[in-house]
Amino acid sequence: MSEPKLTAHGVAVALVTAALIAAASLAHAQESSPVSASVLSLTIKWLPLIFMGFLLNLLVSVLSMAIGTVAGIPLGLAQIARSSLTRRGATLVTQFTRNAPWLVLLFLTMFLLPFQFRVFGQSIPFPAWIKAVIGLAIPVMGNVSEIVRGGVLSIPRAQWESAESLAFSPTQTVFKIILPQALKRMLPPWMNLYAILAMATPLIAIVGVQDGLTDVRGALVAENRTDLLLPLYATLLAMFFVYCYPIALATRALERRAEVKF
Amino acid sequence: MTIPEAFQHLNDAYGINLSLVYDPFDRNRFIRGLEMTLLLSLVSMALSVVIGLAGAWILGGRSRFLKGVTTGFVEAFRNTPPLIQLLFFFFAVSPFFPGPVNSSGQVTPLIGGVGWAILSLSLYAGALNVEIFRSGLEAVPSATREAAESLGYTRLQAFRQIVFPLAFRISLPALNNNMVNLIKTTTLAYAIGVPELLYASAAIWSESLNVREMMLVMLATYLLLIALYTGIMDRVERALRMPGTDV
Repeated sequence: MSEPKLTAHGVAVALVTAALIAAASLAHAQESSPVSASVLSLTIKWLPLIFMGFLLNLLVSVLSMAIGTVAGIPLGLAQIARSSLTRRGATLVTQFTRNAPWLVLLFLTMFLLPFQFRVFGQSIPFPAWIKAVIGLAIPVMGNVSEIVRGGVLSIPRAQWESAESLAFSPTQTVFKIILPQALKRMLPPWMNLYAILAMATPLIAIVGVQDGLTDVRGALVAENRTDLLLPLYATLLAMFFVYCYPIALATRALERRAEVKF
Repeated sequence: MTIPEAFQHLNDAYGINLSLVYDPFDRNRFIRGLEMTLLLSLVSMALSVVIGLAGAWILGGRSRFLKGVTTGFVEAFRNTPPLIQLLFFFFAVSPFFPGPVNSSGQVTPLIGGVGWAILSLSLYAGALNVEIFRSGLEAVPSATREAAESLGYTRLQAFRQIVFPLAFRISLPALNNNMVNLIKTTTLAYAIGVPELLYASAAIWSESLNVREMMLVMLATYLLLIALYTGIMDRVERALRMPGTDV
């Protein structure tokens, strides 16, 4: 059962690698002037810079995920609160942040947040990349809220009722009985969301934060060679692939395990 | 007082500058942007569904090589950033497709920004659709397939008349989710200068100096577009529902 799937994935990874090598060699073959440095050596030359930029992408993704998750959990719980006013408000905020395009939310925070704060006469700078972290955390919050709501609602009603009959308070029921079970079901979609977020981080280049994509474009401007376009963009794509593909595989493995359990 | 005059007054008296209502130039730009966003969304949706169906058909078939190629395509597009895919196509791949030479002796690209945006968005959403349709097809019970076979249906007939109608209904919620994402992803075309809604709005707010107002109008427009899509698809889902089944 799992054996043919494994070979399919093996073929898939081999094909992606082959495509990247082919892209690099195609660009290599295009090279006309024998005096100039080879495409491969130039790619290697810029690799450390692009990688440093890529690390900023990862940093932004981790921070946005942390902020978005911390803000999204109470929002998700508020969506299933007793008070209908809380419920409606939370659902409105969730739908609003989930359905707005990520790039639009990023523009919104970049333009509407100040570039510095004044606290007690001291001006504290508010750099662009931190604004970008907040801009990406907003849609994460909305998505985490939906994951929490879905996860909690997927727990059978009987669990709530038996907790009540055992004299648990509503708060105790949520934190001691429902959430520990729901967490297991929330983990795969949460990981999936993280992968989507990591792949959305190059958007910050559009609003002027120096990330891996900015470095690729900078390197292309510095070298001014069209044959570098393909290998440098492919390099950045490969970095994201190497980072995101294992996350996708782990997510699927967890989903499969959950399927067997329930 | 006409409506444009009223909005002009709103700007003069209260500083709320909704230039797209009273300024015909801004209004025109905004409408063109909206049209471009609709064009990108609708064409990419159609193409991505075709790609998804073709991929799912191959994954259900026998050829190991084709299956490997399809899986490679799906994993490559699912696990890399859509923005970099778009830039990769627009900057790195397009030189391989040189178009005719124009009157001033320059090579014009065969496919323009709009074309690459549609292609890139379709491939990205299509890769996700392959997975969606594949799991939809897998959810159709094998007994149904076998029943069709014992009634003398060929594989194509059974697919078209029995398996696919069921699988499509099972896939519909996930497909709608992906299509909503596709509408949101059309904003990426901004990065290669396609004058869609975000690009038009940015042009308006940088010239009419009304960042706050335009941001809100643009955000509201996207939310409305998505509400419109979900509203239509809710009706479609209800109309397609088969009595007596879960789908």
